[in-house]
Amino acid sequence: MKRIALLGMPNTGKSTLFNRMTGATSRVGNWPGITVELLAGKVLMGGEMVEIVDLPGIYDLHGFSDDEQVVRHFLSKNTPDLALVVLNATQIERQISLLLQLKQLGLNIIALLNMSDEARKFGISIDTTKMSEALGIPVYIFSAKYGNGYGEIQQGVTQSLRYTTPGMTEQLRHQLEPDDALEAEMARVLKHSVQVPARMPDDLTQKLDRVLLHPWLGLPIFFGVMYLLFQAIFLFGAPFQDSVGWLFDWIRSSLLEPALASAPTWLYGLLLDGIYNGVSTVATFVPLIILFFVFMAIVEDTGYLSRAAFLMDALMARMGLDGRSFVMLLMGFGCNVPALMGTRVMRSRSLRLLTMMTIPFSLCSARLQVFVFFTAALFSPTAAPLVLFSLYLFSFGAAIVTALLMKGRLPNSEPFVLELPPYRFPTLRQMMMRGWHEVRHFLHRATKFIIIGVVLVWVLTNMPTSAATAGPDTWAGIIGSWLHPFFEPIGINEQLTIALIFGFVAKEIVIGSLAVIYGSGGDDLGNLIANQIDWVQAYSFMLFTLLYTPCVSTVATLRSESRSNGFMLLSLGWSLLLAWAVSFVFYQSARALGY
Amino acid sequence: MSTITLRQLPPGEIATITAIHTEEPLHQRLLALGFRTGNHIEVIRLARLSGPLQVRIGTTDILLRRSEAEKIEVNLL
Repeated sequence: MKRIALLGMPNTGKSTLFNRMTGATSRVGNWPGITVELLAGKVLMGGEMVEIVDLPGIYDLHGFSDDEQVVRHFLSKNTPDLALVVLNATQIERQISLLLQLKQLGLNIIALLNMSDEARKFGISIDTTKMSEALGIPVYIFSAKYGNGYGEIQQGVTQSLRYTTPGMTEQLRHQLEPDDALEAEMARVLKHSVQVPARMPDDLTQKLDRVLLHPWLGLPIFFGVMYLLFQAIFLFGAPFQDSVGWLFDWIRSSLLEPALASAPTWLYGLLLDGIYNGVSTVATFVPLIILFFVFMAIVEDTGYLSRAAFLMDALMARMGLDGRSFVMLLMGFGCNVPALMGTRVMRSRSLRLLTMMTIPFSLCSARLQVFVFFTAALFSPTAAPLVLFSLYLFSFGAAIVTALLMKGRLPNSEPFVLELPPYRFPTLRQMMMRGWHEVRHFLHRATKFIIIGVVLVWVLTNMPTSAATAGPDTWAGIIGSWLHPFFEPIGINEQLTIALIFGFVAKEIVIGSLAVIYGSGGDDLGNLIANQIDWVQAYSFMLFTLLYTPCVSTVATLRSESRSNGFMLLSLGWSLLLAWAVSFVFYQSARALGY
Repeated sequence: MSTITLRQLPPGEIATITAIHTEEPLHQRLLALGFRTGNHIEVIRLARLSGPLQVRIGTTDILLRRSEAEKIEVNLL
């Protein structure tokens, strides 16, 4: 099978083009260098199957970053039959350097100038025919986002695939000409084919930046926007959540219960009180997760996230981190695992480790689901968003304390140099794809854990058969009473303790396991818990859930990204210690104050 | 023509890059972002609390810290 590689600098719309070509749902982020795993897709082109690989965005083949090494390695080991080099048309003047470097390697190349719409807006005119003559390779101009000019590209790709690339040596770096020669070549190609206005017109981006990056208003606006987004998620999500919950209740009472009426008691219990209750309680959170990721996609793809790096860098520098660490922390609000992998853009190991130490405290979507459930059960509708916001503040606080405590051990001298993309409107298609992709990912990961988890919880809470369900004599009750001395001082009862043990595997199963432990689901479960514990206990439980080990996948990722067992254990131990200490201080002070 | 560092260039002024004194890996990254001697550069804004600079070279906006900006020499136009 012939192989096509997509190459280009970060933030050129490479991933958008990849999605358009393969129809796949790879993530599209308006953040330099976010594609860290190689995505590949197979498509039919000119009558044969072709494999398309999306390589990480790189600035230059000389570079020393992980991504640049990945690309060099890929090109020498899996030399593609055709390289599609994607360039941002508005930045053609500097991006052409990468194209020329790739050309020196003797690759079979097509140059694709993306963002034709933006280039036109800036008054940049590019003569692709002249440029193609000067370069000796085909040049196309198009818009990956809107699809203009995409038809011609498909034809061009099919034609160019008839030629192939000779093999390449391992020592790509030495094959490259020195920079002076490159500069002369850049000037020669650009001279007749590109015209750029002397000054950028005062466009929307600059007007927006004057407000959003305002010296004093920038940060308050940023936190205000974040707060409004979280409010909006619940405002729009709650009705959907209720309808999904209602639907699952209806299926149970009018279809499943009659169907299983004659089944043995244990099977009825395992299927309905175990698997069905657990899974359906988790499923009601899917609408919230979709909304969360659609909003995150808007913040990320518009380019606002890079602005957050600008606004926060001064503060992050004092914690031994940088603006990118802050962005990774925010990404962690979706899921800690990709955020940990995203730290690969940092070259300094100590900066990476320090950032990786803070990310597990990011309140991820799985934990969010636990908190939404508890805040809805124990707090009034007006107090719920505030309670939730306070947990986000605790999440940041834990990250800050961790960084401050550990920065002495992990000194960072990495330069902070980052491209600031213009604001862009994400298309509806991009937002929907992102929401769908993340939910699919969540369900894929979650269903495995959830079903195994809830079955395990059901077994532990129903064995031995002589004991009353979830009673003190069951296996779960015995484990709960062993651990009770640790959790009693922080106000967490035995049932919640068992849920926390399962939460170590994945936070997705905490609510599902509570549904099994209490033998109830949805609103009834909330009422049962609300009758048993008060808000101080519930908040202490949420604090512990927020701060202790996020999940097994995060632990595994910490291990694989740091390549150190010691680092993984340090992170595990520290988060458990911090979780217990914070819950202890909160619970005991609240009780001492008479709550 | 007076030579100053990029750190000293006031926002709104345009200058020409004359020299870059950084170690090799950062130098490569800066080159790819358009930091080449002879290119025009403008400081757009500075973040509060000794935060980073936002500079513009051609059509690219770049963030960099003040410590890095001190290593770049420019000539005021």
